[in-house]
Amino acid sequence: MKFGIVTFPGSNCDVDALHAVTDQLGQTAVSLWHRDHDIQGCDVLILPGGFSYGDALRAGAIARFSPIMQEVIAHAERGAPVIGICNGFQILCESHLLPGALMRNAEMQFICDWVHIRTEGKAPMYLGGYEPSQVLRIPVAHGEGRFAADESTLDALEQNEQVVFRYCNGSGAITDAANCNGAMRNIAGIVNVNRNVLGMMPHPERAVESLLGSTDGLPLFESLLAQVGA
Amino acid sequence: MSTTISAVQPRPGDPAITPELVAEHGLTPFEYEKLLGLLGREPTFTELGIVSALWSEHCSYKHSRPVLKTLPTEAPYVLQGPGENAGVISVGDGWAVAFKIESHNHPSAVEPYQGAATGVGGILRDVFTMGARPIAMLNSLRFGSLDTPRVRWLMAGVVKGIGDYGNCIGVPTVAGDVMFDPAYEGNPLVNAMCVGLMREDELITAKAEGVGNPILVVGARTGRDGIHGASFASEDLSEENEAKRPRVQVGDPFTEKLLLEASLELIRSGHIVAIQDMGAAGLTSSSAEMAERGDVGVVIDVTKVPVREEGMTPYEILLSESQERMLVVARRGHEEQAAAILRKWDLQAEVIGEVIAEPVYRVVEGDRVVAEFPGSRLVTECPQYFPEARESDVIVALRARDPHAVAERDEEADPVWTLTQLLSSPTIANKRWIYRQYDSQVRTSTVVGPGAADAAVVRLRGTNKALALKTDCNSRYVYLDPRMGGRIAVAEAARNVACTGGRPMAITNCLNFGNPKKPDVFFQFREAVFGMGEACRALGTPVTGGNVSLYNENPLGAVFPTPTVGMVGLIENIDHVTRSSFRTAGDSIILLGESTDELGASEYLSRVHNLTIGAVPSVDLDHEKRLVDALLAAIAAGVVHSAHDTSEGGVAVALAECCMGDRDATLGATVDVSEALVSSDRALLWGEAQGRVLVSTADVEGVLGIARAHGIAARTIGLVTAESRLVIRAGARTLDTPLAPLADAYFDAIPALMQRAAMATT
Amino acid sequence: MSRFRVSVHIVPRKGLLDPQGKAVSDALHALGFADVEDTRIGRYIVLDVKAESAAAAELSVKAMCDKLLANPVTEDYRIASTVTA
Repeated sequence: MKFGIVTFPGSNCDVDALHAVTDQLGQTAVSLWHRDHDIQGCDVLILPGGFSYGDALRAGAIARFSPIMQEVIAHAERGAPVIGICNGFQILCESHLLPGALMRNAEMQFICDWVHIRTEGKAPMYLGGYEPSQVLRIPVAHGEGRFAADESTLDALEQNEQVVFRYCNGSGAITDAANCNGAMRNIAGIVNVNRNVLGMMPHPERAVESLLGSTDGLPLFESLLAQVGA
Repeated sequence: MSTTISAVQPRPGDPAITPELVAEHGLTPFEYEKLLGLLGREPTFTELGIVSALWSEHCSYKHSRPVLKTLPTEAPYVLQGPGENAGVISVGDGWAVAFKIESHNHPSAVEPYQGAATGVGGILRDVFTMGARPIAMLNSLRFGSLDTPRVRWLMAGVVKGIGDYGNCIGVPTVAGDVMFDPAYEGNPLVNAMCVGLMREDELITAKAEGVGNPILVVGARTGRDGIHGASFASEDLSEENEAKRPRVQVGDPFTEKLLLEASLELIRSGHIVAIQDMGAAGLTSSSAEMAERGDVGVVIDVTKVPVREEGMTPYEILLSESQERMLVVARRGHEEQAAAILRKWDLQAEVIGEVIAEPVYRVVEGDRVVAEFPGSRLVTECPQYFPEARESDVIVALRARDPHAVAERDEEADPVWTLTQLLSSPTIANKRWIYRQYDSQVRTSTVVGPGAADAAVVRLRGTNKALALKTDCNSRYVYLDPRMGGRIAVAEAARNVACTGGRPMAITNCLNFGNPKKPDVFFQFREAVFGMGEACRALGTPVTGGNVSLYNENPLGAVFPTPTVGMVGLIENIDHVTRSSFRTAGDSIILLGESTDELGASEYLSRVHNLTIGAVPSVDLDHEKRLVDALLAAIAAGVVHSAHDTSEGGVAVALAECCMGDRDATLGATVDVSEALVSSDRALLWGEAQGRVLVSTADVEGVLGIARAHGIAARTIGLVTAESRLVIRAGARTLDTPLAPLADAYFDAIPALMQRAAMATT
Repeated sequence: MSRFRVSVHIVPRKGLLDPQGKAVSDALHALGFADVEDTRIGRYIVLDVKAESAAAAELSVKAMCDKLLANPVTEDYRIASTVTA
């Protein structure tokens, strides 16, 4: 399977995503420059974390106008996998590929920490490798990660089983204390209606090696390989 | 570029050169005489500005150079010692590590957010201009007491500034050290260290070479930011005037990220011969230093420099400290290829001058020569000083006081009270409030991040090796005994690095002191540097570069002398990475090294008795070297489950920390630290005797045998227990407590203080 | 005492680099808005203040700006409007 990892000016988790899919999963990956119009036949596109355009105005607000985003949107519309991690999630929301928005963390500070999230909803492309309600230990690193949407959007996301990760405590309980950034309804990750576009604030690419503290992100990528075909 | 030579002439509108103006520029009459001799005529205003910057302490090291020269700088693996943008050492397999620490104290005191952010930006540029990709940041911070709102505001701003810059650029902030003492009330210290990785053959130096090669300025436009304080520091500047001349530098990490990627691509491309950050004194110092290193002349046309504001004079353009700018010497004929790389990264580059054969430093404004100095060694033309050094009687008296004569407070009848006081002392307390704001994991190579071991560990991807990184300096020791304090700063850093499994390789230092013209301050400086040098020689860790920050004082006095050490260690085998907290119930706890009756200069005296007195614990450098070797041998033998050195707060605090790797503290310890030769129970618990490390192990004989073989005293003091409880016997005293209240004290102290700092961020 | 609604603009101080404004200028250029020469991004704060008069309300808001709302080292502020609330 071929992964394309988009580098915007200011992206900084692009190399980490590249290493995760090549070194840990043994897949091929190419780096796509934000000015490119060609996704080079990639099967999966990843919008990585970072601070595209220095987060000027709103995180992701300027990146959505990059030429490559037309290709990302077309790829998503074909039903192919698109993953936005952290700043990538923000860009997907700004691009309206996903509903909602990411706001300043409730405590108004950047947070880098290990958190727990729990799988739920319906997204076989990404969750196939996890047990239902599996608790993952995974890093977050963001200043604007508080998921927000209006009540009807939130209700629709839940009814439609598009919420795929929620912040929880170590035993899987969805609590306020476990909600590191104050996200509405503890939402850490969602998919679109077609379940091929995934946006999440935690960093699965940072949780693929036991040396670095967790391999709980691996099944996400392995699900893709199994569901989409190597 | 025009090579017509005309005589230097003052520009219309330049102020007349008066003794007052010379003094405002910080030049002494002696230095001015030297300048007159060098030029053979009166300088222009522009020239005065140039010299005032180049002959400042920051650029010329005029008070510090003779002392600094005593530091050891060589080892077989040192590829680049002091004098370049950063030091470089080989770590084997063709890989090299570039690293340096630098201060941004004064700007951070004025505007903590931007001051700290631009400090991070500057040290990053120093490292990537060597050709290395930054892989880790550290910082060493000193603040006054967190009980005052201004200090809380300063710390909130500094931490946010460091975080926002490092996070945005994508370099993990992995370790640091923070200390609080009223001595830093008006003068916080912000020292930032950057570590970069490169292939050995990618090393590039900032040496202007090749007559005819063009000089380019790359990156951000030049504004009036941070123009040399000297000429604007006069009291009678009106507010309106002041508003026109912003001195605060504003950091732009987004542009820096582009600059980083573009610079590394440029260096690899072979289209350039040299590159240097435009840091302090901006264009002036970067161009003069590059010319001096290459022993060539340069000519620069200030009208070619892209500016952000209208009407900037040559003086302002030359001295601006606008951030995110680089000076590049390209290969003649390769300008277009170099520019194409920069364009890809949305960066601007302009040719502003060239390398010339004539040994002269010349600045032109169109066809007018506005400054011209003969020779290519303008920076080292600066006079050197050998200031008087004399220890302050006050400090001699403080050191002579007997800490054992200090009566115990009533509350100390319960040692748990004392331990709680120490664990909640901001200097000792958990620093999560700070490091949670730093992305410590980006680049997915951080094996041990902040708070989990005595040093951070960053793996070298593609090898089986890792770096162990730490900053250190107990400045209370340096204050009471600069020679001993200087030694301990290095020894403690080495101990910390060794506790994680790393062999200490080299250090960079950041020497933060007061006014060197005061004999007591210069005494501190000289003795501390001598002490560092002794320790570096004993431990085999040369100094590959660093930074001197003097005049850290205000009318109330100078800061504690703070010679911060930034140490790089090499872990040969990633399997050897060792953390500080206990791992397994039933493990034995071994104390390497010996406790003593020493109690002076301790955090205990400071926190509990508000006293900074007594003799500093003595450090035996030969013992420290053997301790490092013993630790590394034991770790390599696989018998060490955890290792943690004892420092502020003594054995009791170190044991508590080993139990509180995380807040839930599920493991405890029961130990007896009594020693026949130590009569003071206070010293047993809280004393800061040097050369001690707590090790937990399942193989007692293995550890004791290795310690014996290295001539290190070692004995089993107790066990790791499955109960969340700490029991310490020390002579006649017993400390016995559940861990939960200790964890509350340790983890909540700083957040509770900072809670009161609402709205403190910029 | 009456209530006044005082609006304040706070912008990066003139002459200081505004990295956010610069990034937005560049993005606007890239989107074809070539006539944008400069962008500065600040904050707009609306305060409801009890005071004897509009002038007193403004005086009080200026004090708030000096002390808290604006960073005197890096920012300038201007009262945009004062109306009876």
